[in-house]
Amino acid sequence: MKAKALKKARRALAVLEPAPLSRQPRPVTPPKDRRLRFGARWEYAPAPETAPVKIEPRYELFIDGKFVPPRSGQYFDSINPATEEKLCEIAHGDAQDVDLAVHAARRAFETVWSKMPGRERGKYLFRVARIVQEKARELAVLESMDGGKPIKESRDFDLPMVAAHFFHHAGWADKLPYAFPGKTPRPLGVAGQIIPWNFPLLMAAWKIAPALACGNTVVLKPSKNTSITALHLARIFQEAGLPDGVVNIVTGDAATGGAIYHHPDVNKIAFTGSTEVGKLIAQACAGTGKRLTLELGGKAANIILEDAPLDQAVEGIVSGIYFNQGHVCCAGSRLFVQEGIYGTVIHKLRDRLRTLRVGNPLDKNTDVGAINSAAQLEKIRELVRSGQEEGAEIEQCACPLPARGYWFPPTFLTNVTMSHRVAREEIFGPVLSVMTFRTPEEALERANNTPYGLSAGVWTDKGSKIFKMAGQLRAGVVWANSFNKFDPASPFGGYKESGFGREGGRHGLASYVQLS
Amino acid sequence: MQQTLTAPPRLHSIRDRVSTVDQVTVEERAAAFTQRSIKTTAKLAGLKMAVSMLDLTSLEGKDTPGRIAYLCRKALQPIEPKYDVPSCAAVCVYPNLVRCARGFLGARSPVKVASVATGFPSGQFPLRTKLEETRRAVGDGADEVDMVIDRGAFLAGDYRKVFDEIAAVKQASDPAHLKVILETGELVTYDNVRLASQIAMEAGADFIKTSTGKVQPAATLAVTLVMLEAIRDYFFATGLRVGMKPAGGIRTAKQSLAYLVMVKETLGDDWLTPDLFRIGASTLLNDILMQIVKIADGHYQSTDYFPLS
Amino acid sequence: MITATLAFSLQPFASAYAARMEKTLFWCDGAALWHNPLSMSAPRLEIRKTYKLFIGGNFVRSESGRSLPAHSPSGQLLDNFCHASRKDLRDAVAAARPAAEGWARKSPYLRGQILYRAAEMLEARANAMTEEIARSTGAAAAKARAEVDLAVDRLVYFAGWTDKFTQVFGAVNPVATPHFNFTIPEPTGVVAVLAPDEPSLLPVISLAAPAVLTGNSAVVIASDKFPLPALTLAEILATSDLPGGVINILAGRRAELFAHLAGHKDINAIVNASGLEEAHQTLQGGTAINLKRYAARNLTAQDWFSEAAENPYWMADTVEFKTAWHPIGL
Repeated sequence: MKAKALKKARRALAVLEPAPLSRQPRPVTPPKDRRLRFGARWEYAPAPETAPVKIEPRYELFIDGKFVPPRSGQYFDSINPATEEKLCEIAHGDAQDVDLAVHAARRAFETVWSKMPGRERGKYLFRVARIVQEKARELAVLESMDGGKPIKESRDFDLPMVAAHFFHHAGWADKLPYAFPGKTPRPLGVAGQIIPWNFPLLMAAWKIAPALACGNTVVLKPSKNTSITALHLARIFQEAGLPDGVVNIVTGDAATGGAIYHHPDVNKIAFTGSTEVGKLIAQACAGTGKRLTLELGGKAANIILEDAPLDQAVEGIVSGIYFNQGHVCCAGSRLFVQEGIYGTVIHKLRDRLRTLRVGNPLDKNTDVGAINSAAQLEKIRELVRSGQEEGAEIEQCACPLPARGYWFPPTFLTNVTMSHRVAREEIFGPVLSVMTFRTPEEALERANNTPYGLSAGVWTDKGSKIFKMAGQLRAGVVWANSFNKFDPASPFGGYKESGFGREGGRHGLASYVQLS
Repeated sequence: MQQTLTAPPRLHSIRDRVSTVDQVTVEERAAAFTQRSIKTTAKLAGLKMAVSMLDLTSLEGKDTPGRIAYLCRKALQPIEPKYDVPSCAAVCVYPNLVRCARGFLGARSPVKVASVATGFPSGQFPLRTKLEETRRAVGDGADEVDMVIDRGAFLAGDYRKVFDEIAAVKQASDPAHLKVILETGELVTYDNVRLASQIAMEAGADFIKTSTGKVQPAATLAVTLVMLEAIRDYFFATGLRVGMKPAGGIRTAKQSLAYLVMVKETLGDDWLTPDLFRIGASTLLNDILMQIVKIADGHYQSTDYFPLS
Repeated sequence: MITATLAFSLQPFASAYAARMEKTLFWCDGAALWHNPLSMSAPRLEIRKTYKLFIGGNFVRSESGRSLPAHSPSGQLLDNFCHASRKDLRDAVAAARPAAEGWARKSPYLRGQILYRAAEMLEARANAMTEEIARSTGAAAAKARAEVDLAVDRLVYFAGWTDKFTQVFGAVNPVATPHFNFTIPEPTGVVAVLAPDEPSLLPVISLAAPAVLTGNSAVVIASDKFPLPALTLAEILATSDLPGGVINILAGRRAELFAHLAGHKDINAIVNASGLEEAHQTLQGGTAINLKRYAARNLTAQDWFSEAAENPYWMADTVEFKTAWHPIGL
């Protein structure tokens, strides 16, 4: 009986030996030459975006439904980071302008917006959403010119997401009691909102839509680097007939922002930006009764387990850190690879980097655009240098970079340890720090070993591991077999020093209401 | 019915050597290739390259020598010479029509004769007849054989049988080249497609091919991407370059360019050649030609001006 | 000119024929040449429309060939409308089933966009709809207009629920074992909806929207007395982006259909706002046949104008709650 079974097994194990074929045997490439060539065969021609856009030579402040010059009469230049050319002048708002804006917001709140039924407020937001959809192409071009991100991303991600945020929150305006069972939600009043330069228009939508849906009025300060699309959004508010003063936009610098979060008549502050500045704001708001939400930096761990679908995991790594040039607070900037698959993953990652196209953001085939500013470029360079000095090895996409503009090629660093600065500090650029682990518990420990806690990624084919790790990662957003996925219905925000408060979904409304 | 083997599965299970595939991410990645903007010179070069990779196909019960004559003529010269468009890579026909295709094209032709075989399209026939059919097609002059795998055996988990049949057909088709059709529409999951690709390559396939075109869905960008990734891993493991052919459902020039972009960015320049990449189609050719002529003449075209195949 | 030529060649019939031609040959594109100079002062004959049934995205006559006249409350004949038979009901359900499958697969965001588009189309035709309601029901113009305005707003209201109701009605359940456990609402499938007589438009939207926003398709049986506004709504839905078959609208003599609705095994739920006692008995009996979900909505005509008809809990009557478990572990 046993011999029979053994015989069967041996037969099954025997590899079928084909008789020799008469034609030439196929060439076998020796191991050292097994390389993919990504060369010049069939190069893509330039594919510039051709939608005509008009950038005004000068943009004023948007206060009380009108465009008005700044009290100081001062303006600052807005630069295209891909060409270093001046695009236009932007008004420099100061404390006086902020005061005017807050007054307008207060008046609009007391006399119009808080009295308006939710259904009508919602219909204004629906109008804004529709107009954004109609002007999407033009806005995408402006966003790419002002901030450096590829047109492919502003067109296919930023703009549709902006419209979606307005649509989603339009629908909440008359349904708020369902979001807070047992309580009556009421608006807070005037919200002061300060947003960053990495997703200028999208961050404006993330802030303005829920605030308005909940019945608040807004004073918004865009980043100094990227103010143009916010001001075009202001025009959209005018076109939608939004009552004067409901949204006010005061452009300026850090001091302008300070004037907002120090203003005594602002009920709520929402800030997205660096942890450093977030702490300053927290200090300023302490003891004032102002409600505060902060969405700050991150150093997300992207964890690849050995049973992950590998080719898709590599896509996830790439979209996790090179999307938007890595200017993403929730970027997967620390890669943890299970040791057994390390060689394979690095090999695939290296090959994948060779197909990334870096260059003119307005070329439709560009994957990675310009670094947003000279200051940010210097910061990235400094950190990468420190990484090399501390013993990490660097690999970079060998793509040709334009002569003018701020550029940094997609990069990854290996031989990184937990104590390296590149493993601890947020680089906010297209730079990935790679480390290994042996067991899932070790991965969790290392992933959580950071003061940040915004997001994390887990790649595995096994469902129970996903739930276990998602449950134990100390991060506000966990992406399983995915990365950088966003939806207006999905709450976003951090643990620990990545901030507090959530944006999006039912939970995101809580920041903009008082419950009684 | 074979009993389960007593040897520990890990030693010989092909499943252990094959990666799984995440559906959502692979479909996103595949869709991203359609976002590439291929314009002007790149577009013209790409379209001509696509023609050179076309297996111009006619697989109908009502095919006759006369029909095949049109097909061969069109494959040899798709359009007036002034547009400088290359011949197609091959014609693809049923075994009964191989002889007249060969006769029409001649012994040495830039256009190869590919024959479907092994009980195409279902494959639900005894191995004996499938091998006989293959040998006759090659004897009649086929340069390439497009076989179908036994999907019934695959879905029943009998990977050994699938492997053995492919290896046997590889022998029978010598010296012709062997393309192995997985019929991805019936395999349904990407995991299955990846596994079937691996089995086919290990059994000696020169090309792996998505579909017969008789079952929906036929070729898709995502399924093709999965197969290209399997080819990539196989190349790194063995040093052998296996070709790939999506077939069925590719009707427009724009789609064909998206496939070429995908090959270029997944396997690189070395696979951008008819020796390693083909497209199985019929109506696609005239759509490509209309695009080529539009680039040359500047006007949107009408089918009236393009000869039927 | 044409009149003259014809008058000459058809001598015996010339006078009667010519008289008719005078009225109907009226080319009013500004080229005076074509005006029949003899008929400048004659009244213009309008073309009458028979209102068709809306099945599978198409406007069809009843397979029975029957139609009925619609009258205003004062007895004035308005127009004819097709009289749906049980076979039309059968066809509507047959169209609704595959439509529901495709509709449910769309993202909630997209469903919301489509319902919002339907609201846009209704808003654009507010004047026509107002007139339809006024002439059908005898309502004063202002009241009819108020109904249309509210109908638009209500459609917008429900459009806003598509990507939110799962958060409010679903749950992640804290079970005692190491399992991830969630409950999500899923559409039940094909929902039959019976509208009341009054008002003639608002209830159709207030009943159909909560059913379809979750991914169901609906077969709406309009009022016998005032069917025209509902059938006009069909024309508006047909020009929105709503896929064919998601909302079907039938009219006729609904009592003929009660038993067939109750007995149809491919209808998953019935929402009855007809207010008719016999309907209630028969339709609720459908539950005994194939476990149809049944909900009666007893609102007065005035209730439909209030928040009582803007109730998201109505959605719960046409969804199924699925709970799934998955272990948490390495």
